[in-house]
Amino acid sequence: MDLIWDGLREAAHILRTGDNSIWAITLRSLLVSGSAVLISLVLGILGGAFLAFKDFRGRNIVLSLVNTGMGLPPVVVGLMVAIVLWRSGPLGHFRLIYTPAAMVIAQTVIAAPIVTGFTAAALRHLDPRLRTQLYALGASRPQMLWIVLWETKLPLMAAVMAGFGGAISEVGASMMVGGNLTGETRVLTTAVMLEVSRGDFALAMALSIILLVLIFAVNAVLTGVQQQEKM
Amino acid sequence: MKRLRFGMLIAALLLSFGLAACGGGNGSDEATSQPTPAATAQPWSNTPSSGTPAAATGTPVVREGPKDVILATTTSTQDTGLLDVLVPMFEEESGYNLKVIAVGTGQALAMGERGDADVMLVHAPSSEKKVVDEGVGLDRRLVMHNDFVLLGPSSDPAGVKGTTTGVEALTKIFDKGAAFISRGDDSGTDKLEKALWKKANLDPKGKSWYEETGQGMGASLQVANQRDAYIMSDRGTFLASKSLSLTIVLEGDPALLNVYSVMEVNPDRFSLVNGPGGKAFADFMVSDKAQSIIKDFGTDKYGRPLFIADAGKTYEGIGLATPFG
Repeated sequence: MDLIWDGLREAAHILRTGDNSIWAITLRSLLVSGSAVLISLVLGILGGAFLAFKDFRGRNIVLSLVNTGMGLPPVVVGLMVAIVLWRSGPLGHFRLIYTPAAMVIAQTVIAAPIVTGFTAAALRHLDPRLRTQLYALGASRPQMLWIVLWETKLPLMAAVMAGFGGAISEVGASMMVGGNLTGETRVLTTAVMLEVSRGDFALAMALSIILLVLIFAVNAVLTGVQQQEKM
Repeated sequence: MKRLRFGMLIAALLLSFGLAACGGGNGSDEATSQPTPAATAQPWSNTPSSGTPAAATGTPVVREGPKDVILATTTSTQDTGLLDVLVPMFEEESGYNLKVIAVGTGQALAMGERGDADVMLVHAPSSEKKVVDEGVGLDRRLVMHNDFVLLGPSSDPAGVKGTTTGVEALTKIFDKGAAFISRGDDSGTDKLEKALWKKANLDPKGKSWYEETGQGMGASLQVANQRDAYIMSDRGTFLASKSLSLTIVLEGDPALLNVYSVMEVNPDRFSLVNGPGGKAFADFMVSDKAQSIIKDFGTDKYGRPLFIADAGKTYEGIGLATPFG
């Protein structure tokens, strides 16, 4: 019990005094996972629309693969990305291992299938008559995609939230491809791991609380966007 | 109109994430741009002053090769906080950006063997010898040493206190079947523990009281603490770890010396290895400046230094009979 209070006190202390390095870590978490979600959004909308609207042989297999991807174990993703990015790996000469870029790549691999799966499911549920009507009205393909996406805004924002949640909360992949470097690739989740191994549970608790507040804040903003037109 | 507003929101969201991508992707470092008070004990405050130290301070820095240098090292050098002090000094002085990957010694050596690191700071003499013999590890030099200690619950259920050698202590634990936590991660500490069991002619593997965590020293100490188990640890990590109720039940056996060496990865073997950068860090670790930090590190917090500086010494010089066991 003491630990919970210590953690809360430490978190309150950090929030009040504004320890710069902890803010930097928090900001880095947001930037890395935000970037990954942005890329996943682009990939997911294109991929999801393709899967929802295009009939082709093996679509169910691809859909099954995407759905499997929604539950990809982050540590497996981390290992795969690390093997590719290590200097001894095929893309080693880009020197991306142990950089925030490597973490963005890994988190994109985690988040993109989530966004793709949600998008495909949402678009599939759309009334097919809408598309027929839009065709009849002479809408171009990008116009049609935009209108259709607008119609499915609710599930799409849910996709973004799920993707962001998956990206910011994973630790295995970030640890492996980022290396948890002080001031460079340390994010909230890997910082929690480090403090637990150092036995500084209060600081670990404080970082966890900051992480939860961050996730809540981002979801509050996204929910605001999602619900805005409904009011 | 409604659609337009939604579109603008999405665009704003995309833009902000896009900016985030730039900020996060180019390796620039927000943490280092703000000076943090050096007095606080938190590890965070020792963020490396990387970025562009040369440009920032105006001192000319002679730097060869790529800016980034990858150091593969053991968890103990990170968990004790020693590297939090040394790395910023090295970066300031040399202009390199040091990436510290703290793993077990086994993995650190494997990273060197694959050319995935530029320099190694490790503590497993016999395994180091292999890497040197392969021609991968260059110019291996002693940096420092401390010792391993055997920890256990204060009740000492196996009655280890009073024994004088590791072999004797492990035999007591084995006979009693007392809970024992092993790293099991092929780290330097793990290698030493396995060697001691072997020396005692005992095989604890598979026994119900013997468990392997597969994790770093700090994390394994926490497990042993929760389990009231015996565990082998380097003294530095034990002293630096918080929230532990384990006590030292055996220390002082010469077989428990823990010697750290630095080795460069041979740049002729791997095209991507940063040879000059690796050498710069190895030279720094045995420099007077780094050695004087190592000599005193931890004295303020623990009343005694965590490491003994060893630059220029030999194995025999620090009392280790079998240098390349």
